[in-house]
Amino acid sequence: MSSVKLPVEKFRLGMLLGDTRYRSTTVQVIAFIIFVSVVFWLVDNTVKNLALLGKDVDFSYLWMRAGYDINQRLIPYTNDSTHGRAALVGILNTLLVAFIGCIIATIIGVFVGILRLSKNWIVAKLMSVYIEGFRNIPILLWIVMIFALLTEFTPAPRAFKGADPEASMIFFQSTAVTNRGAYFPSPVWGDGSVYLILIFILSLAAIFLFRRYAKNLQEETGKNLPKFWISLAIFFIPSILFYFILGGPVSLEYPYLKGFNFKDGIYVRNSFIALTLALSLYTSAFIGEIVRSGILAISKGQTEAASSLGLRPSRIMNLIILPQALRVIVPPMISNYLNLTKNSSLAIAVGYMDVRGTLGGITLNQTGRELESMLLLMGFYLCVSLCVSAIINYFNRSFQIKGL
Amino acid sequence: MILTIMVGTPARCWEGFYKEVIMKKSLFLSVAAIVGLTAGVAAAGTLDDTIARGHVKCGVSTGSPGFSGVDDSGKNVGFDVDYCRALAAAIFNDPMAVKFTPLSSSVRFTALASGEVDILARNTTWTYSRDTDLKQTFLGVTYYDGQGFMAKTSLGVSSTLELDGATICIQVGTTTELNLADYFKANGMSYEPLPTSDNAESKQQYLAGACDAYTTDASALHGTRINMENPSDHIVLPEIVSKEPLGPLVRHGDDEWADVGRWVLNALVIAEEKGITSANIDSFSDTKDAEIHRLLGTGDDDMMAMMGMPKDGMYNAIKHVGNYGEIFERNLGASSGINIERGVNNSWTNGGILYSPPFR
Repeated sequence: MSSVKLPVEKFRLGMLLGDTRYRSTTVQVIAFIIFVSVVFWLVDNTVKNLALLGKDVDFSYLWMRAGYDINQRLIPYTNDSTHGRAALVGILNTLLVAFIGCIIATIIGVFVGILRLSKNWIVAKLMSVYIEGFRNIPILLWIVMIFALLTEFTPAPRAFKGADPEASMIFFQSTAVTNRGAYFPSPVWGDGSVYLILIFILSLAAIFLFRRYAKNLQEETGKNLPKFWISLAIFFIPSILFYFILGGPVSLEYPYLKGFNFKDGIYVRNSFIALTLALSLYTSAFIGEIVRSGILAISKGQTEAASSLGLRPSRIMNLIILPQALRVIVPPMISNYLNLTKNSSLAIAVGYMDVRGTLGGITLNQTGRELESMLLLMGFYLCVSLCVSAIINYFNRSFQIKGL
Repeated sequence: MILTIMVGTPARCWEGFYKEVIMKKSLFLSVAAIVGLTAGVAAAGTLDDTIARGHVKCGVSTGSPGFSGVDDSGKNVGFDVDYCRALAAAIFNDPMAVKFTPLSSSVRFTALASGEVDILARNTTWTYSRDTDLKQTFLGVTYYDGQGFMAKTSLGVSSTLELDGATICIQVGTTTELNLADYFKANGMSYEPLPTSDNAESKQQYLAGACDAYTTDASALHGTRINMENPSDHIVLPEIVSKEPLGPLVRHGDDEWADVGRWVLNALVIAEEKGITSANIDSFSDTKDAEIHRLLGTGDDDMMAMMGMPKDGMYNAIKHVGNYGEIFERNLGASSGINIERGVNNSWTNGGILYSPPFR
């Protein structure tokens, strides 16, 4: 037996490009070097030009007194607070809009997407009009238009004044809709309200346990409990019962007109309503299309097989179609949630004080630290975006078919 | 979508990178263009650059009646606009050799710092921190202003001190924003700010009743009020809550350019003091006042050469645009309809506080 001797090829420089074993590494190394040099040059250039303008990079302004007021704040803030705290107020305002916007957009989007596939011609066409309308007009215009509608077509607080006012409060005199925002009654937590909250949390836990029990029962015996109605009962009945047993510990504080504006109650500003509404309606149009594509991606045979088993259409959708469609739906949802979050920086158009408005707006202007503020702002949006995609990717993994 | 790929497998990420960057030369070109732009901010003499370019790059407000606006024929007009026209006339003997860039209050300093404009005449208040920390050079005061409040007559308010709890429209990124906070705090009152981006938006919000009062420099309030449908429905409250000396400014670090801007402004003030107007300027050719000869370049000394400017620069500025008083009268005075009193914005010889250093 003679062994075949492979020719031992000595490494030559030319092989870096000529040999497929090395070529890809070579290209990557070259690309990396170019990339690093470009980044280095950009940074170097920026620093040199800043020095030419007599400017330095300094973040100490974040600890200096801000001096300006912010209308909507989720944490205590006065004009004596620091620029850093003002930025934090803005960050929380951004997150609030993004969070609520994502929830509303998802709910509307799923409905619209399913309804667009409806066999009812009018409903399907209406949803098409909705989706095409919102998808094809820039978000900024929607924000400004909703804000203008809210401002122009609602009464000023002064209209509520006097013995015979032009405008009156709605929902049993509890809610005032003005051109500055809506005032809702706010809860006042009296003695014993802690127990009520405890009861409420316990009933939530009970619902969870009940649903697990019902699921097991169905899998073992095939018996199907009316899950929805029982859950609803557990949600409301104990809390309401204990509310009366404890003597009504939680009362409502109604807003009332004092001076120029309403006092007390929860004040939701028009800028917030306009921004959240516009962002959710706009994004829901995209989500609707994703949902529709997800449903259409499931083969018709699944529906037919399910109906041959005698399942009702609503159950086919909930048990057969949607769980499979989710695998197609969830990944593109990430980019829509990210878009909504990033689009919230258009808040400045309606004077909503998000982080772009405080840190990237007033603070930037008053201190003149453009580069620093913009870097912080970019860092913030990057962090939020990466966190959102990490969370949804985590959920996504649980939807996918295991072992693939 | 790119983000989803990036979050995915690293190999696919690289693949995407190649496709996006290596394959597409256009991306490299655009990166190069951006780098080129950032490198464009040079510290060479602004005056030389301006002369080479053939026009002055002037930043004005996006619309403040009397100070900066556009007339029916599409021409820029206003108090701040005329200052830039005088500057252009002094350099080029052509008041139209100006490129006006309308800037909102929040982008104005960035635009100046980045070289998008070379001079900012945009009713900007001269303050300590803007002068030092923001690295800008103020050239003087064109208008001594103060912050005021405007409210609807129907509100029944006659003093700013009655505005406790009111919602107030305010332009973001201005000194008025800080004064507002200070003033309400000093008087133990509360308020709700309604931030807007410019005068037009403030006016719209104010008219819609989204805010009870609108605050900004009193001059701008008068200008805005006169352009309302029924000016008598609105009242500018008597209190002036701050000092707002408005003036043109340039970047730190180019003293020659700052000198040109400063002395064109001074020349306009001196011209009014000496009674030189655009109409009678030619009658001063044989005056016995040596300072007028130095100013107008009609004498033997070429004073303007010290700044690298044409000898008759100031003559051209006054001839084309007029002296300070004429500019004021045309844009803010009785003939403009805004009808602001000269008040302190008058020559020191007429009881005002405008006082230029001698042209010597």
